[in-house]
Amino acid sequence: MELYLFYVFAALALVSALVIIFTKNVLYAAFALVLTLLCIAAVYVYAMAPFIAVIQIIVYIGGVLVLMIFGMMLTNRLSNKSLLTEHHYIPQGLVLTTALFVLIYKALSGVNFSGLSWMKEGFAPAEDNIQQIGVYLMSDYILPFEVAAVLLLSALIGALVLSQRKERYP
Amino acid sequence: MIPIEHFVLLSAALLCIGLLIVIIKKNAIVVLMGIELILNASNINLVAFARYDPSIQGQLFTLFVIIVAAAEAAVALAIVVRVYSYFKSSDLDRIKELKG
Repeated sequence: MELYLFYVFAALALVSALVIIFTKNVLYAAFALVLTLLCIAAVYVYAMAPFIAVIQIIVYIGGVLVLMIFGMMLTNRLSNKSLLTEHHYIPQGLVLTTALFVLIYKALSGVNFSGLSWMKEGFAPAEDNIQQIGVYLMSDYILPFEVAAVLLLSALIGALVLSQRKERYP
Repeated sequence: MIPIEHFVLLSAALLCIGLLIVIIKKNAIVVLMGIELILNASNINLVAFARYDPSIQGQLFTLFVIIVAAAEAAVALAIVVRVYSYFKSSDLDRIKELKG
């Protein structure tokens, strides 16, 4: 049952990612990306990472996607026409990505995952590892945590400075 | 337990789709969407392999990847808005002032 639900979410993620490729309307692409990211959050739940799944929904769908739709509004003259995008370099892109996928698939089919010793021991973390994440964030990973805070602050200030209307930087 | 191969295959497929979006789309915002897809593909791998690790390092690393992706999206969209106000277009083919 679990496996079939995983297949459903994985297929939905792939199909909506393909919609981004085939659609020309940028807004439809954004909504297809919402669906893809939601399905990836479901996949995280099946990988026993419920906290990451919640963070994915909050940050990506609540933050990044809203930001993208705002960017779409700001880079479009107000008119009745919808924002469309064209395609280019289609043959090169198809060849490159298909070759990359075949390469990864070949490499993957040569690996015997169940034969690896650390995988055979198969330590699966507890279903509920949110407490563990909190303890790690406040002890072993305190430096990256603080650096991430500074990074977010500088990205905020940078975005504000960059999007100023005044022609201060010619 | 879902076998690890499924996660790795899903992430490989999402990586290829994201790369294809980055290559073939002309609008800068859609290219950014492709980059987000590629980052998510790498996150799936990290989370899937963290299942076999008692000190769930993969999940913590995923957390930081998500933070950096959010910062990247904010700055990149500010740049796209700025470029649009200068070139009156977000079409990557028309932004070629530095092209020789």
